[in-house]
Amino acid sequence: MTEFITEEMTLNMGPQHPSTHGVLRFQLTSDGEVIHSVKPDVGYLHRSIEKIAEKVTYHGFMPYTDRVDYVAAMNSNFAWALTVEKLGGYQVPERAEYLRVIAAELNRISSHLIMLGVMAMDIGAVTPFPYFLRERETINDLLEELCGARLTYNYIRIGGVSSDLPDGFRDRALRFLDHFEPIIDEFNRLITYNEIFVNRLANIVIIPREQAIAWALVGPNLRASGVKWDLRKDEPYSIYPQVEFDIPVGKGEVGTVGDCFDRFIVRVDEMRESSKIIRQCLDKMPEGEIQSKLPRQLKPPKGEVYVRSESARGEMGYYLVSNGGLNPERVKIRTGSFSAMAIMEEVSKGIMIADMVALISSLDVIAPEIDR
Amino acid sequence: MNEKNILEKVMAEFPGVAFELIEENTDHPYLVIPAERTAGICRFLRDDPDLRLDALSNLSSVDEGEILTVVYHLFSYEHRHYSVLKVRVPRGAPDVPTVQTVWPGAGWFEREAYDLMGINFMGHNDLRRIMLPDDWVGHPLRKDWVEQEEYHGMGTSRNEPMDVLPLADAPEKEKQSD
Repeated sequence: MTEFITEEMTLNMGPQHPSTHGVLRFQLTSDGEVIHSVKPDVGYLHRSIEKIAEKVTYHGFMPYTDRVDYVAAMNSNFAWALTVEKLGGYQVPERAEYLRVIAAELNRISSHLIMLGVMAMDIGAVTPFPYFLRERETINDLLEELCGARLTYNYIRIGGVSSDLPDGFRDRALRFLDHFEPIIDEFNRLITYNEIFVNRLANIVIIPREQAIAWALVGPNLRASGVKWDLRKDEPYSIYPQVEFDIPVGKGEVGTVGDCFDRFIVRVDEMRESSKIIRQCLDKMPEGEIQSKLPRQLKPPKGEVYVRSESARGEMGYYLVSNGGLNPERVKIRTGSFSAMAIMEEVSKGIMIADMVALISSLDVIAPEIDR
Repeated sequence: MNEKNILEKVMAEFPGVAFELIEENTDHPYLVIPAERTAGICRFLRDDPDLRLDALSNLSSVDEGEILTVVYHLFSYEHRHYSVLKVRVPRGAPDVPTVQTVWPGAGWFEREAYDLMGINFMGHNDLRRIMLPDDWVGHPLRKDWVEQEEYHGMGTSRNEPMDVLPLADAPEKEKQSD
């Protein structure tokens, strides 16, 4: 047998590439289809949000948090509000807490819909994407009724929310959920258990539990690796202790725990749980105020807090240092996509280029959240 | 174990090291540790069976004037407790040993702190800028950073549109002179 002489090839993927989910660049070296190394190049969407935070007021930073993760902006709003409230000890009326959770969970569903649809499309199944987008449109309509915006909401305020439910919102939301829950089963019939789809994802890029923890993976990515950890349940905030829901974890249903399929199915199951949460909130929601009385210019006391909350892409942590003045002294935003991107370099050695596309979408990275 | 006990255990484990335990003005009590001991202390925090702080939840950097501070928020998935460490280094020589060898996920966090705050993580295997272009000048999250006036011929500030565009309803004479 004569040996083939093969050469390493350097490939550039992105910054404008359909499966890079925003603007990302990868520098691949590969031997044919097999990847030897991947160097992610991020920063194309760096808008210096952390520097801006030092120049604006506490209330004034809220619209910027939308831009940290514009696919799940409610969750970023929520995280910032929780952080400042903890630092200043500000109270939130109970009705506002319910409104926040309803908005955040609706947004979580719409974010997961995007992720699942895009992932199916990256694998080569284009049909599901418009179906997922159709459902997301309804959620956008609901959120638009609630706050007037469809993408960057600026709905949650420090100490409450900006507006109460419009007339008939409850019925429309329930009608949507009645329609949506059977749709999840339809999705599963359409794509999840499709044989080609399963073959493309099962046993592909397995991230074991220890590796996921050491690389600081969070949220659905961590749960897919079998770690049962959800901040809504394990470190409850807002009114999450008063609602019942389960935490889906990766079970290795068709392959091994922590493979791409687990990262997909965990999010499918999470949509069901979010739907459950929204139903309970709509039922239990008390009447009352939606915003506590706070001064127009907030001056939280000197000090620092680190508050984590569960965004659609996992733990979103705000480290806030206050000097007692009108502007924050320092804000550091820890996001799920950042560490998900960091692990790419490690886990994509020796896989096929096509599997890397599956890996990127299964980690659900959103470029603005990496770059901030 | 509560957070204070964890930090006290660390202090007992490393006698003779200048620690400072601070509980005021913070939601998590924290321990200020000398920079040169960072890696050893972090390894102990990760490996001790009672502590098992197996995840670096967040790594931030703060500009405090004469000193720059690196903040480590650690978390244990096994025992479900937190711990916070701080390392203070002089502005002129911000050298901190990397903790990449303890928690591999620290690699990118440290690159970010290097890029934006100019902390030099010694022993890091890939300490390059991450957000900004490689030829960017300075570290923007430092309080004394001044934005450069232009970058590769592109201005970093913009004129007020009303100053440069002629108004549609301006008198004829002015329009011609433009």
